[in-house]
Order: sequence, then C-alpha cells, then structure tokens
Amino acid sequence: MNMLGFDPLAGILLIPVVAAGLLAVLPGYVIPARINVLASLLSFGCALLLLAHRSESGSYLLVDDLNIVFIVLNTFVGFTTAAFSASYIAHEIETGRLTLGFLRFYHAMYQVMMFGMNLALVANNIGLMWVAVELATLTTVVMVGIYRTHEAIEAAWKYFILGSVGIALALFGTILVYLAARPVLGEGPGAMIWTVLVTRASGFDPALLNVAFVFLLLGYGTKVGLAPLHAWLPDAHAEGPTPISAVLSGLLLNVALYALLRFKILLAANPDVIAPGPLMIILGLLSLIFAAFMLYRRRDIKRMFAYSSIEHMGIIVFAFGMAGPLGNFAGLLQMTMHSLTKSAIFFSVGHVTQAKGTQRIADITGLTESHPVLGACLVLAVVAIAGLPPFGVFMSEFLIVSSTFEREPLLAAAVVFGLLIGFGALMLRVGGLAFGTPRGRSEPVHASYLPIFAHLTLVLIAGLYLPPAVVTWFQHVATLLDTGGVGR
Amino acid sequence: MHGLDFDVAHMLAGGLVLVSLMMLYQDRLYALINTLALHAFILALSVAWQAYIHNAPHLYITAAIALGFKALIVPAALRNIVFRLGIHREIETVVGIGVTMLVGIGLVALSLEVMLPVTTRADPLAREDIALALSVVLIGLLMMVTRRNAVSQVAGFMSLENGIVLAATGAQGMPLVVEISVAFSVLIAFIVIGIFLFRIRERFDTVDVGALDSFRGEHE
Repeated sequence: MNMLGFDPLAGILLIPVVAAGLLAVLPGYVIPARINVLASLLSFGCALLLLAHRSESGSYLLVDDLNIVFIVLNTFVGFTTAAFSASYIAHEIETGRLTLGFLRFYHAMYQVMMFGMNLALVANNIGLMWVAVELATLTTVVMVGIYRTHEAIEAAWKYFILGSVGIALALFGTILVYLAARPVLGEGPGAMIWTVLVTRASGFDPALLNVAFVFLLLGYGTKVGLAPLHAWLPDAHAEGPTPISAVLSGLLLNVALYALLRFKILLAANPDVIAPGPLMIILGLLSLIFAAFMLYRRRDIKRMFAYSSIEHMGIIVFAFGMAGPLGNFAGLLQMTMHSLTKSAIFFSVGHVTQAKGTQRIADITGLTESHPVLGACLVLAVVAIAGLPPFGVFMSEFLIVSSTFEREPLLAAAVVFGLLIGFGALMLRVGGLAFGTPRGRSEPVHASYLPIFAHLTLVLIAGLYLPPAVVTWFQHVATLLDTGGVGR
Repeated sequence: MHGLDFDVAHMLAGGLVLVSLMMLYQDRLYALINTLALHAFILALSVAWQAYIHNAPHLYITAAIALGFKALIVPAALRNIVFRLGIHREIETVVGIGVTMLVGIGLVALSLEVMLPVTTRADPLAREDIALALSVVLIGLLMMVTRRNAVSQVAGFMSLENGIVLAATGAQGMPLVVEISVAFSVLIAFIVIGIFLFRIRERFDTVDVGALDSFRGEHE
C-alpha cells in the first residue's frame, strides 16, 4: 500500500529500538552522537511519511488526527535535541563531567526514551499506553541522576517516587475504565482498545467512569506537572543534563497530557458523566498562577524555566478544559508553540551554563556582550515564551484569552493576571542575564545554533502566518476532541 | 457465585488490607521488611485463588511472580541493603503511630465509601476486590508520606503496587498483557531503586531522604 514498501509506523518504533541497541555497545562519543542524530532524523522522516500516508490502525497501534500532531512534534524535537545534545555532550566530555561509559548509557537511554514516548503516542490499547509512559518515565529518571551529584540524586529520587505514585494512580484509573467497559464489551482484550471503548462509551457506568477519570487526572496530571503535584519537575529539570531538560519540558509533559486527552475524549462520549472541563480548568489555573508567582524567587536559571513550563502546562490544560472548537484549537497551538520555544530556551541555556560554568542567575550577566549570538537567541526565545508578538505563543495565548472572555470573563481575567505576573518575572530576569557588563568566568562555546534557529523560526512563522493547511488540520483535531468521534 | 469461593477471596483481600495496616506500625526496618514479605505472600495466595475460581491459568504466573519475586527475593535484597548500611536499629516515623493508624483506618473507610456505590453494576467479587485494593493503595501512599527512610518508602511503594495487582486480578478477564507488564514494571522499578540506593550509599552515609532534602539548589 505504500510506495516505499515499508510501514512508517513500524519505523518510528523500530528505529529507536535498533539505535538504542547499537548505541549501547559503540565506544567513543563522536560516532554515537552522530548515530543518535541520524536515528532521530530517520524517526522524524518516518513521522512525516506517516503524516502523508496513514498506516492502518490495529488493535494495539493507532494513528489518527489527534496523535499525528503529537508524533510529528515529538520526533521533530527529538531530532533537534539530538543535534543539540551532540555539541553539548562534547563539552561535558572535555570538562570531565561525564565519562565515556556513562555517555554510552546516555545515548542508549535517549533512544529508549524516544521509543517509549512514540509507543505511548501510537498505542491503541490503554494498558499498552500506560506501560509506554512508565517506560519513558523510568528512562528519564535514570538520565536525571546521571551526573551522580548530591543534588542530581535527590532530584532523581524525588522524581522517581512522585512519578511512580502518579503512574500507579493512573494504572488504577485504567483498571477502573476496564471495569466500566467489561459489562458492555465483555471480558478480554476488546475492553481495553481505545477505538472500541470510545464508540461504546455511552453504555458504560457513568459513576465508575467518573471515579476512573479522577484517578487518571491525578495520575497523569502528576506527569504533566500540574500544581499540587508538580514538586518533582523543577528539580528534575535543574539537575539533569540540559538536553534532557529540553525533552522533559518539550515532549514528556506533552505525552502525559496526550494520555489525559484520550481519556477526556472517552468521557465526552458518555453523556451521563461529569464534565471533565471544570476539574481541568481548576488545576490549570492553579498551576498557572502558582508557577507565575514562583518564577520571581528562582535563583537557578534552569529551575526558573522549569517553573515556566509548569505555567504553560497550566495554560494548556486550562484551554483543553474550556474546550469548544476554539479552546481546543488554542490549546493545541499553545502546546506546539510551547514545545518548540521551551526546547529552544533550554538549548540556549545549556550553552550559556557551559560558557559561564554556573546555573546561578546572579552570576550570569551581560550575555549579549560576551556571547552575542547566544545572548540574542536567549533573549528572543524568552520574549517568545513570555508571549510577546510577533511570536506564535502570543497568538495562542491571545486565542485562549479571547475565547475564554466570550464565555467566562472572570476566568479570562484570572488567566490574564497569571500571564502578566509570569511575564513580569521573565522580563525582570532576562534583563539581568542578557545586558549589563559581563562578569565572572566566560569561555567560548562551540554552540550548535541550528536547532535554536530552526525552532525560533518556526515559532516566528506560526506567529506571523499560520498556513491554512495547518489551521484546517488543527481545527479537525479540535472538533475530534469535543465529539469523541474516531476518524469520522 | 459459589459461597465458599467468594468467602475465601474476600478473606484474602481483607487480609491484605490488614497486613497493610500492620505495616504502618512497624518502626524497625527488619520487622517492616518481614511484614512486606507477608503482604506479598497473601497477595500471591489471593491471586492464585482468583486463578482457581475463575479458571484463569495465566493468573498463576502473576501469583508465582508475587510469591517468588516480591515475597522472597526483594525482601532478601532489602534486608541485605539494611544490613550493609547498618541502619537496622533505626526507628523512624514522622507522625505518631496512633495518628497514622487512625488515618489508615479512615482511608479504608473512605475507599469503601467511594468504590462500593459506583461499582453496583460489577459482580460482587470484583466490587469487593476493587474497594479493598484501593484501601491498600491509599495506605501504601500514606506510608510513603509518613516515612523518611528510603528503604521504608520502597516498602510503601511495593505495598501500593500489590494493591494495584489485586485490583487488576480482581477485574475479571483483564488482558494478560497488563498483568505481566505490571509485574515486569515492578521488576524494572526495583532495579532502578536498587541503583539509586547504591548511588546514595556510595555518595553519603545515609539513605535518609530527609537528609537529601537539605540541599535544594535554592539556598544561597
């Protein structure tokens, strides 16, 4: 059915597995880093093929309008991060922070993580999806702890404990969904296949589905980094290698969010259950406002941007909670823009911390003078994430606020309040980072600017002109999120 | 459903909750690990009984994993860690035992109150199982919150996982994929924990998570 004679769906799953096996045995760091980039590029290629030509959905794997957005984004950022990682890692080896043995492990784990995330995105079986999210979580836990310093181990331990509790609650929720489906669909695998579940969801016991959703929201919500359950996120971002911070913020949070959206659709297909919207709105707003205030007190640059990720996940969950065609559309756009911008920020921050030898905000000044290109990249990326025009984040945040204002003016005011607080903090900090007289240690960096440029260009283009094809595509997904129809 | 079948299954699930409560008041690490082993043993019995009454042979695998891995190998490894770290004499609870027990009992009541009304359409056995499993999960969480020591947090996490396995086997006919993956993920999780414990031991003299909390990268 495919002119190339192979299934791109198999490609995005098998390429990372093969690459992981290969990287686990190859010595050195130059060639493995290149293989890592190449494998990620090939996965991205397969994702694009998948976009052009959908594979058939089976009882275990599924490709539909919703997850294809996530898959393309996931593999793209995976690819650019691998490119960034290559130059980042070279510096870490030179300074001796990582040894070659750990590096081999790092590269293999990177591909296993990509596999886990891709599998979670294409899984049609809710049990399989859970396993894949767990796999991705475990690999990132190990990578966060890879520097083996005091703080890195604390961060990894905290992430592991909170992540496991979250994932355990999500599994309990998954079991409850099965229990709700069993009287309708009968025993066996059928009652865990998402496409089957969603078409028959109207007959499920609504009370049981309600309880299940609460567990799923708390469970996967922990992985999304929603406010009362976010404690692992800043530590994990700050102490791990910066490429991992980039994929954590840019991708893993999205994968957990995707799992949550799948179950939200399931609930939408049953008329008698509670609306999941209000719960998501409350958690989203809480995360947004809490994280916006927390931004002011941060002294560590990576930790600060981790809080900014919590803030943005809050906005995104809020948007999906508001739902409606416009809310969902804005949520999707915001998610895409956040992934691209936040990973660009972490790419810049990674090079900055290497050049200055510190993550303390107070010790980093005058970047635009000492490292003009890098400083400019960081300023642009922060301007973008703070939601200033002409970047894409402004567009999506504007959409979220304006669509909310039409329906619930008070909620819109709360969102604007949170956004402004966060904006103030970011502007305050970026001024100190980028301008003034450079102080302290300063080394030249062999930065790879291409990934940063690529991301920022995409965000800029999205802010200036969204191609109609993308708009119709996102609109289609947005209606899918509301109606719960599969491929209809 | 056959009267005796139901009664025995009910008794075993209830026993699991009882042992969970017992874990709450163990303040010596060795005693805690022994209780954890008992917990896993009862889980194995419960799963095996489910396999027997529902004629679902694949559940025997889950039971065997619970018995061999969780009731024997893991406790032995934990005892080894405790011995090598020399922390077997330590007593550690954040909150008093009386309060913890009361909260634990409250959690059991809460989970029965939450689960029983919403599962009226499920068959009675699955209903009881899921409600009791939720109590085990919540008590496991409580344990992780009230303990400061890494080994007892692991014990709390393991008991939580046991509760989830009980729920998964109680939900009749749940596909095998999930059961194996649950057991498998516990294995992976444990390896990860093992690595961490090693690292922590290597770097510091303590596995007290409270000591780790002292450094956050935030203070000046």
